[in-house]
Amino acid sequence: MSLQDKYKQVIDAANAGGVNNLQVREQDNVLHIDGSAPDGATKDKLWNIYNQIDPDYRAGDLLMNVDVAASAGTKAKVTTESTNLNIRKGPGTDQPIVGKAAHNEIVTLQSKTNDQWWLIKTDNGEEGYAYAQYLSPQ
Amino acid sequence: MKLIRNFLVLFAISSLSFLGCKPKDSDFQAKIEQSLKASPETQDVTVDVKDGIATLSGEVKDNDAKEKAARAARDVNGITKVENRITIAPAVAEAPPVQINSDSTLSRGVKDATKDFPTVTANVNNGVIALTGSIKRSDLQNLMMSLNTLKAKKIENHLTIK
Repeated sequence: MSLQDKYKQVIDAANAGGVNNLQVREQDNVLHIDGSAPDGATKDKLWNIYNQIDPDYRAGDLLMNVDVAASAGTKAKVTTESTNLNIRKGPGTDQPIVGKAAHNEIVTLQSKTNDQWWLIKTDNGEEGYAYAQYLSPQ
Repeated sequence: MKLIRNFLVLFAISSLSFLGCKPKDSDFQAKIEQSLKASPETQDVTVDVKDGIATLSGEVKDNDAKEKAARAARDVNGITKVENRITIAPAVAEAPPVQINSDSTLSRGVKDATKDFPTVTANVNNGVIALTGSIKRSDLQNLMMSLNTLKAKKIENHLTIK
């Protein structure tokens, strides 16, 4: 069975969910699914299907880099498990912490530096880089 | 009268058998088809022969394949003309290859992604991220989501899940 067949449900859900710039490519026996989901719920759905097909992500045959579409000015919720989110001077955990955003706080996206780090601004005016995994565009 | 009729019957039979000896269009067609099928570049070409004229149609990938199909028809003895109606498939743009980040970029990304999971060890080698150690099942998806954004070649998950 080809990887595209194995993960057909993920690809179908990405199409049905309106994932933009969807790219499905197989390289070195790994399927790469890239794109931009219209909202967090669509992204979560894709990940849940992925986990159903490959429980605990053990097979190592799919890399899914689907982000959530968000542009400058978009509000994003801090979705850490419970702790504050560090706001840093630059994009990297080796960068000094310049501020904190509380769990569930709403911040404003300034720009996406890359898939990992976004420049954000809090309502208190604190600006810096935060780890994108803990930000859910609203 | 009877004689004439017999003669006509005889004539009809002889002319039938004479036509039977003459190579038929269907034979030409079978020969050409056989030689078209023999090559992967021309196997999708169809041929129709009528009165010794072979008409080729279908789609091939380039002009060489189109010429090759024409030769296959022309080389059959008895074919007087080849009508080459084969079309050439438009070039399909191949998807660009997946860009894999360098090990140093991946290592930086892995360090950031695993910062909040001190029980996870991640090694990067030749584009492959190998995960060892342990993690709570409730944290696994979060970790995998961030690692999947790093543009690795592969992620090997050997984590013990608690």
